[in-house]
Amino acid sequence: MDKYRLTHLRELEAESIFVLREVAAQFQRPVILFSGGKDSIVVTHLAYKAFYPLKILFPLLHIDTGHNFVETLEYRDALVKKLGLTLIVGSVQESIDAGRVKEETGYHASRNKLQTVTLLDAIERHKFDAAIGGARRDEEKARAKERFFSHRDEFGQWNPKNQRPELWNIFNGKKNMGEHFRVFPIGNWTEMDVWQYIYRENIEMPSIYFTHERKVFNRDGQWLAAEPCMKLKPSEIVETKQVRCRTVGDISCTGLTLSKAESLEDIISEIAATHVTERGGRADDQRSDTAMEDRKIAGYF
Amino acid sequence: MENKTIKLFTNGYLDMDLLRFTTAGSVDDGKSTLIGRLLYDSKSIFEDQLKAVEAASQRSGNEEMNLALFTDGLRAEREQGITIDVAYRYFATPKRKFIIADTPGHIQYTRNMVTGASTADLAVILIDARNGTMEQTLRHSYIASLLAIPYIIVCINKMDLVNFSEKVFEDIKLKYNDITNKLQLSNVKFIPISAKLGDNVVDCSANMPWYTGDTLMNMLETIVIDHKTKFADMRLPVQYVIRPVSDKFHDFRGYAGRLSGGILKKGDAVVVMPSGQRSTVAAINQCDRELDEAFTPDSITVQLTDDIDVSRGDIIAGEGEKPSVSQDINAMVCWFNENPLQVNSKYIIMHATKETVGIVKSIENTVNINTLELEPGGTALNMNEIASIKIKTAQPLVFDSYKKNRTTGSLILIDSNTFETLGAGMII
Repeated sequence: MDKYRLTHLRELEAESIFVLREVAAQFQRPVILFSGGKDSIVVTHLAYKAFYPLKILFPLLHIDTGHNFVETLEYRDALVKKLGLTLIVGSVQESIDAGRVKEETGYHASRNKLQTVTLLDAIERHKFDAAIGGARRDEEKARAKERFFSHRDEFGQWNPKNQRPELWNIFNGKKNMGEHFRVFPIGNWTEMDVWQYIYRENIEMPSIYFTHERKVFNRDGQWLAAEPCMKLKPSEIVETKQVRCRTVGDISCTGLTLSKAESLEDIISEIAATHVTERGGRADDQRSDTAMEDRKIAGYF
Repeated sequence: MENKTIKLFTNGYLDMDLLRFTTAGSVDDGKSTLIGRLLYDSKSIFEDQLKAVEAASQRSGNEEMNLALFTDGLRAEREQGITIDVAYRYFATPKRKFIIADTPGHIQYTRNMVTGASTADLAVILIDARNGTMEQTLRHSYIASLLAIPYIIVCINKMDLVNFSEKVFEDIKLKYNDITNKLQLSNVKFIPISAKLGDNVVDCSANMPWYTGDTLMNMLETIVIDHKTKFADMRLPVQYVIRPVSDKFHDFRGYAGRLSGGILKKGDAVVVMPSGQRSTVAAINQCDRELDEAFTPDSITVQLTDDIDVSRGDIIAGEGEKPSVSQDINAMVCWFNENPLQVNSKYIIMHATKETVGIVKSIENTVNINTLELEPGGTALNMNEIASIKIKTAQPLVFDSYKKNRTTGSLILIDSNTFETLGAGMII
C-alpha cells in the first residue's frame, strides 16, 4: 500500500467525522442517540475526535425501556462522567404510565417497538433537530436504503419512496419547523469495520460484549437472558451458559451468542468465521420480512 | 482460535483499501442478480439472509432462488420486482473492501443513477447479450462519463442465453467502441458473464474457454484506482471553526475540514479563498495527535500562523494552481424534481461547505441522453433531463472544474420553500 492511501478504517473514520462536523455546522440542537451498544459507542468516540479539543458538542439521549442490562447502564454513566457530557433519558415506562403506549402482553412481549413513541416525544420535547444514530446500512435491507442525512416529517416519519437524493458529500440538512433529521455517520461501516476500529482505537467496551456466565433459556433456537422481565413458557428451562452479546438492545430482544471470546481479537475472529448476520439474533426483525421498514417509517431508530 | 487470530492481524486485514463502485443496467439486464451473485459467491451472504430469500423466492413462485431479492430492500421493490432507490451493499474479500451503490436502470430513475455514480470510483455497466448495446447503454455510459467515474467495466450478461458465443461477445465489444469514442472514455474493460449461473463473476467459466481474461471479482480486486485528486492542488474546504474556551487551549483556533485535493504539510504556505489572505500551516491536528502531513480524503484540523478571518465555506488552497472565484457559474445539471427547473428562478446552492443563493440565467443546451445530441435549451428543464446552464450566485463560489476536482467542482440546487434537493451540478 502506497504512502498516500488511507486504509479502509481511516477512510471510513474521515467520512464519519466529516458527517459529524456537518451536523454541528448545519443544526441548532443535535443529539446523539445512545443505546450503550457498540455502534453508538463508536459514534460517540468519533464525535470526541471530530471536535477535539472542544468537548463533544452534543448531549446523549438514551431511550430507556426499563429492561436494560445493568452493565449497559453502568457503562453509560461512566462514559458520561468521563467525557463531561449531558445525558437525557427518555423512559418507556413513563410513556406507558402516561398512557402514550400500551404494553405488549404474552410471551413475546417486547418494549422495543414502544420506544418509537418515547423517542419522538423526547425529540419534540427537547426540540432536537438532528438525532445522530449508529445505524448502519449493512445491518438490514431497509437500512441499506438510508441516507447519511435522513429527513423526517413533522410526524417523525420516514418516506423511503421519496428520499432526498444525496450526492457526493454534500449534505442537505435544510428543513421546515417541526421536522427533524436522523443522521447516520457510520452508515457505510460493516460490523467487522466497527470491531476492527474498536480494536485499533482501543475503545473500552461494556463487559457484556465479552464472554461471561449468565442464566439463559432457549426460545426458538435463540438464547435469551433469563431476567425478571422475561416471561418463560412452561417448557423453557433456565440454564447457565458462557455467552456474550453480539448486538445490545433491550433484554427482551437481544439474542445471546454462545461464545468464549475474551478479547477484541477473539471477537473479530469469531465474527470473521460466523454464518449468521448480527441481526439474525434480534427477535424484533424476525416478526416479518419488512419489520424494519415498517418500524422505520413510523420513526424508529 | 489463536492461530486464526494471528492470521487476521498479520495479513493486512486491518489496513485494506476500499473500492466504491456503482452498477448500471436496465430493468431486465440482471443487475440485482449480479450483485446477489457477487455477494453469494464471495460468501458475504449469511445463513439467515439465505433462508429469508429462499422463503421469499418460494412465496413469489420462483423455482430457483431469486438472487435479486438480496438487494431489493423496500416492500414496493420486492412486490414489483424492480429497484427504485439506490441501495448500498458491502462485502469484503481478503484483498479489498467494497461498497456497491446499486442503482435503478429505468430512465425515470436517471437521478438515482447519478446519485449512485457521484461517489463511485468505478462503474459496472451491464448489457444483455441478446440485445447488444442499446440506447440505455449509451445513457448509462454517458452518466458514468459525466460524473467522471475513472473506470468502467462492461459486463455482457446472459451469455447462457446466446450459447456462450464468442462472436456475440466480440460483436458487442466492437459496437461499444463507438460509445467509447463518442464519450472519450478511457479505462474500459469487457467481461462475458452469466450472473444467473455465475460464469466469470467470481469463478472462471467452464462454458467460455475462449475468454482468458479476469473474472469480474478478480478485476474489482486488482484495479488500481487513480490517485488523481490526491496529487492535485491542495484544497481544504473549511467545515467548522474550533475555538475552545478553556485555559489549556486558550490560543487554539483550528479550521476543521476534509481534504478534497492534494497533500498538506506543516509549514506549507497557503491562501484562504475567496479573501486571498496568505498564511502558513502552523499545525495539523487529528484529535490529540499532531501530524507532519495529511492527504486526501482525510479529515483534519489545521492551525495557521496568522490570526486571520477564516470561516465555514472558505477554501484553504495550496501553492499550486488556485481555484477560480466567480459569481458566474457554468455547469452541467441533472434535474431531479417533478417541478422543472425554470430560467430566472432562484435556488439555494450548496457547494463544498458553502451555501448561497443562485439565479438560473439561461439553459444553454440540453443533452438528448439517448443520442447525446445537443439541443438548444429552452426556458425549463424537466425531471431526469441534463443540460448545461448558467447561474449567477449571490456570493462568489470558490471552485475548480468538475473534471479537475469532484468535490470543489460539484454543487446541488435546493428548493427554497420545500428544501428538497432538486438537481446536481458539475461545474464546467
